[in-house]
Amino acid sequence: MEFFHIKRDIPFMSYARVTTFISLVTFIAAVAALGLKGLNLGVDFTGGTVMEVSYSHQADVPKIRDTLTKIGMHDAAVQNFGTARDVMIRLPLKPDVSTAKLSDQVFHALQGADNSVTLKRVEFVGPQVGKELYENGALALLVVSLGIMAYLAMRFEWRFSVAAIIANMHDVVIILGFFAFFQWEFSLTVLAGILAVLGYSVNESVVVFDRVRENFRKMRKASVPEVIDNAITRTMSRTIITHTMTELMVLSMLFFGGEALYYFALALTIGIVFGIYSSVLVASPIVMWLGVSREDFLKPEKKEGEEAEALP
Amino acid sequence: MNRYPLWKYILIAAAMLFGLIYTLPNFFGESPAVQVSPLRGMTKVDQGLMKQVEEVLKQNNLAFQGIAFDSSGVKVRFADADTQIKAKDILQSNLGENFVVALNLLSSSPKWLSSMGALPMYLGLDLRGGVHFLLQVDMKGAITKALDRYNGDIRTSLREKRIAYAGISRQDQAVEIKFRDAESRQKAMDELQKTSPDLLLKEVDAGAEFKLVATLKLGAQKRIQEFALQQNITTLRNRINELGVAEPIIQQQGIDRVVVQLPGVQDTAKAKDILGRTATLEIRMVDEEHDVTAAVQSGQIPFGSELYTERKGLPLLVKKGVVLTGDYISDAQPGFEGQSGEPAVHINLDGRGARIFKQLTRDNVGKRMAILLIEKGKGEVITAPVIREEIGGGRVQISGRMTTMEASDVSLLLRAGALAAPMEIIEERTVGPSMGAENIAKGFNSNIYGFVAIAAFMMFYYRFFGVVSTTALAVNVLLLVAILSLLQATLTLPGMAGIALTVGMAIDSNVLINERIREEIRNGLSPQAAIHSGYERAFATILDSNITTLIAGVALFWLGSGPVRGFAVVLCLGILTSMFSAVVVSRGMVNLTYGRKARLEKVSI
Repeated sequence: MEFFHIKRDIPFMSYARVTTFISLVTFIAAVAALGLKGLNLGVDFTGGTVMEVSYSHQADVPKIRDTLTKIGMHDAAVQNFGTARDVMIRLPLKPDVSTAKLSDQVFHALQGADNSVTLKRVEFVGPQVGKELYENGALALLVVSLGIMAYLAMRFEWRFSVAAIIANMHDVVIILGFFAFFQWEFSLTVLAGILAVLGYSVNESVVVFDRVRENFRKMRKASVPEVIDNAITRTMSRTIITHTMTELMVLSMLFFGGEALYYFALALTIGIVFGIYSSVLVASPIVMWLGVSREDFLKPEKKEGEEAEALP
Repeated sequence: MNRYPLWKYILIAAAMLFGLIYTLPNFFGESPAVQVSPLRGMTKVDQGLMKQVEEVLKQNNLAFQGIAFDSSGVKVRFADADTQIKAKDILQSNLGENFVVALNLLSSSPKWLSSMGALPMYLGLDLRGGVHFLLQVDMKGAITKALDRYNGDIRTSLREKRIAYAGISRQDQAVEIKFRDAESRQKAMDELQKTSPDLLLKEVDAGAEFKLVATLKLGAQKRIQEFALQQNITTLRNRINELGVAEPIIQQQGIDRVVVQLPGVQDTAKAKDILGRTATLEIRMVDEEHDVTAAVQSGQIPFGSELYTERKGLPLLVKKGVVLTGDYISDAQPGFEGQSGEPAVHINLDGRGARIFKQLTRDNVGKRMAILLIEKGKGEVITAPVIREEIGGGRVQISGRMTTMEASDVSLLLRAGALAAPMEIIEERTVGPSMGAENIAKGFNSNIYGFVAIAAFMMFYYRFFGVVSTTALAVNVLLLVAILSLLQATLTLPGMAGIALTVGMAIDSNVLINERIREEIRNGLSPQAAIHSGYERAFATILDSNITTLIAGVALFWLGSGPVRGFAVVLCLGILTSMFSAVVVSRGMVNLTYGRKARLEKVSI
């Protein structure tokens, strides 16, 4: 059984201008969303307190707000979370109040108002810790990108590493754009998800590049666009199946993994979809435009041959 | 062409056996247990304690399933939670104050597995419930405290050598000593350089004043900070031990932070209270030269004194100079005062403390001294008795309008030791137990559903090779969980997500191989040759793509913290196991099935 048995190579490279234009538009839209709305940074990065409480019956959100206002928490955000019985309360940082005790005060007040309330989770992050995590996150993103570039430059050629990293950054920026546009909460686990996407999406580019390299050696008479088209077409089936599989796993997490994994899975879902697109339609044209040629890969082999002959 | 030498099959079989054995303990679950550990870290745990525990349980007809001891304490396993709670109460009342009895959960995997080192993964707080704190040590505070001590030392040594000085005070991060003339300053400098090599002394002339400014040398500062952190960790360990938490984690993080994890703790307010308390004891002299009422009325507190309120509510002027600190306390117990019978705290001082105290009481008979409890920078006079006679032997008793509860609280804090520097909670995460159980169930289910969906599709799409891929994938999960268990890694929710993601990504290697084989068949190769070159050619791609993911994983581990690290570990290990299972295990299965046939007409792919 085969779903994607494509006999003729699809001329992806002749659409390169169109696809690049589309990517550019989505990329700019993502950057605009980031610039205009900014990321809705979670408590991990901003510092502050998040509490998740659960009631045995439907939660009365306005009443909870009242209770909080009574104890002086005017700027607390109260919202339903997951089910109608679960409520999430966010308390911003206050420079003069020791926040560690805040959760106790709030919980006592809530218990006083309705004793069916149970505390499910409390997270308090100090402002300094939040800042550090944010900086480390940005650093991790940079290190991962540089590491991948270095490896690809070594294993393939510099043009591939540049193309791959542009394609990957494209994915990352688009995921961030989604999070900014819909104001989904950006937490530490989401960041982990994005870094995983970076590794994963590069996988994708590598598989195509690997074929391109192989084709350069095999298809001696073909032009560069033909070589790339053939590489993409030949790996098409694998691309679709692999991503379907990974997506199955990630969607399973999205739907059954619970609230805690929801945004993590969402970041991966978007990352996978754009990962396919970018590896095929962003990375490959860039490699082509950067002027990759057969000679880039044939030279080292000839050298080895010559050396071997030179030896007695 | 498609044959493996025997050793490769043996390797595969061994790997699968290893995976099976070390994954197994995770399925046995946990049984209720009680952990008995000594109150203080110094007390040794030995066979004797185990026998004692055993006897107490037998006398009370409490059936237990297993008893064992290790460096941290004696652990007893029970059949149900009822017996566990009964046993806890009985043991606590029988063993007395010197031991802490805590409820615990122990793995109920059979002995033969445990003896092979096959233990279940440790569940993270997000999966079992509990509290996580990150505490920041105030290093500036540690230096200030050290300088305060030097303040007193300098005074003593100058007095002993009869060097005249006009005043000593601590100014922020330095101690300032004033002199009337340059000569006595020089003498003092020579003396101090001998007695306190850690001080950096600088002469400062300001008008008619001759000053000596003492700061701590850089090396000494560093040493003090390191010591402060260690002292704080020890203190925390003692305090938490008194809370009776099974298997707490108290670790240094970075140069000035401490991580505290208390699994299963629900009363976070109490935990925070005990952790955050920075109680120290200080003995100072009462300022009797000045009038208290005048000071209160005018609001002008005499130089060198501070105003405190006694427990009785009366104001009291106390000199700033600390004569004795809580550092010299070796033990503190709640009790009752001999004559009046009111609650009191009995304190034992160590050798040096006892000497200082003896000297102090001898020199100040008839005067009042104040015993202050300093908590979070705020002091409170517990009692201010008149010294009637010289007190030797280092036995001190504090009483004065305390309730029994207060007496036991104060003694706990004093006994557990003082913090060398103030600490602040900068991060807190609490997860309720029901939430933990929910997280496990959801994480586990989402993994299962995803796996089943993938398996179904692979078998439908690649037929026999799909079965091979699914098996390889299962082996991958098995090996991954086995390695994580062997490493005694902590399983967290992001870790579970990592397992799910690696499963999703591991299938990539299998798909690459299968697609390649199909392609080679299409290109006209014989089935045997197609299998061979399919595996060979796919390998280079698998290697490249996995190494790039590995780079991401390593960076995540290196720069990440907490949950991100857990995820990174799983990701990295998952990549390695998936490469092994996709390349070696699946090839082995294919070779076993097809390799022997000299003429293969068709493969099921």
